Amino acid sequence: MLPVEIKKDIFWVGSVDWNLRDFHGYSLARRGTTYNAYLVKDEKIALFDLVPANHVDELLRCLKATIDPEQIDYLIVNHVEPDHSGALPKIMDIVKPEKVFCSPIAKQALISHYHREDWPYEVVATGDNISLGKRTVTFLETKMLHWPDSMFSFLPEDKLLISSDAFGQNLASSERFDDQVDQSLLFDLAASYYANIILPFSPLVQKLLAKVGEVGWDIDMIAPDHGLIWRTHIPEILAKYGEWSTQKPQRKAVVFYDTMWKSTERMARAIADGIIAEGVSVQLFSLKTAHHSDVMPFIMEAQAVVAGSPTHNNGMLPLLADMLTYMKGLKPQGKIGAAFGSYGWSGEAAKQISEFLQSAKVEIVAEPLRVKNVPTDQDLAACQEFGSKIGREVIARVPE
Amino acid sequence: MRYVCSICGYVYDPADGDPDSGVAAGTSFDDIPADWACPVCGASKDNFEPEG
Repeated sequence: MLPVEIKKDIFWVGSVDWNLRDFHGYSLARRGTTYNAYLVKDEKIALFDLVPANHVDELLRCLKATIDPEQIDYLIVNHVEPDHSGALPKIMDIVKPEKVFCSPIAKQALISHYHREDWPYEVVATGDNISLGKRTVTFLETKMLHWPDSMFSFLPEDKLLISSDAFGQNLASSERFDDQVDQSLLFDLAASYYANIILPFSPLVQKLLAKVGEVGWDIDMIAPDHGLIWRTHIPEILAKYGEWSTQKPQRKAVVFYDTMWKSTERMARAIADGIIAEGVSVQLFSLKTAHHSDVMPFIMEAQAVVAGSPTHNNGMLPLLADMLTYMKGLKPQGKIGAAFGSYGWSGEAAKQISEFLQSAKVEIVAEPLRVKNVPTDQDLAACQEFGSKIGREVIARVPE
Repeated sequence: MRYVCSICGYVYDPADGDPDSGVAAGTSFDDIPADWACPVCGASKDNFEPEG
């Protein structure tokens, strides 16, 4: 894409990745993504963040539409992950910047990624300021949001926060601003991004939001490294980050399962019926059709997580292991849950799932429920009652 | 003595311990089992430095 002037003399100069679907190997990006870089033209010309190595030509084309890249004085690396720094070796060769600003941990990370100790690193820490001429850049280290090296850059004269991976969304679009696209799509994508990337660091998000309040930054634009730039719905996205990071559950339950001969699936549906009958909203996922990253946003908001698998080779089916492992790594807090599954003879899966849920700090509210081979009407009634019990536990924990 | 995780900045305070990981309040940093990991970023014990 061509550059877009987002504020006077400040340009979006990134790349839209229309074809991306596999985001970093662990999450789906069903609507593609963008890699946002920002160019500030002042007495010193500064480029904030980059694009992956395979998008460097697009970045250069975009830069050349507004400037000769060799005129750039400063590179600011807010985050070393290769989708934001991968273009660095080529850009360094072309731009030959005077300085590369980064956090202390980012310097080590850049060296271990690109093996170039000779680049003109300039380490900055929280509270450090640099001058670009008319403008100042203030840095705030945001360790573990979501890598140890992560950092925000704030331009007070422009009220612009360049927020690295925080507040991002995976969306390829020709628009650049939050108010130019469908709002429910935008916030769904922001929620999915949070659930799949930021969730384990929720306690740090809470601290960060408090810190941003403390330093009293007057922000009228938040420019993340993925997706659209927030210029209109800033209070809403900050409120959402407050809500998501608090991890206050809603009156919702997620039931996910895999199945061999549809017995566990029939159990899942009867369990969902029981939960729904108590007045709790349910999302039901067969892991054969739902990717773990599509389930995660629903887990983030739900009070209950109910997981099922038939027993296969004395254990759970592989897709359950995938989902549970992924979920555990994202550290959702304050959940209740239970496990279920059909079996032929030994029947270990439901108990195994229950133990795994416990290891993920899910409070187990019902003994693992098992059905031998094919459920009878009586078995399905027991499944429904199992669901009702879970539903009542949700209601008890989530007041109206 | 409090210890700080050099990766993420988490502070281990012996007064609080880390009960979620089975480290009781009152446990000095030295007495934490060697396989304990930072509750925020998962870094190992040798990534911690005394505060100050």
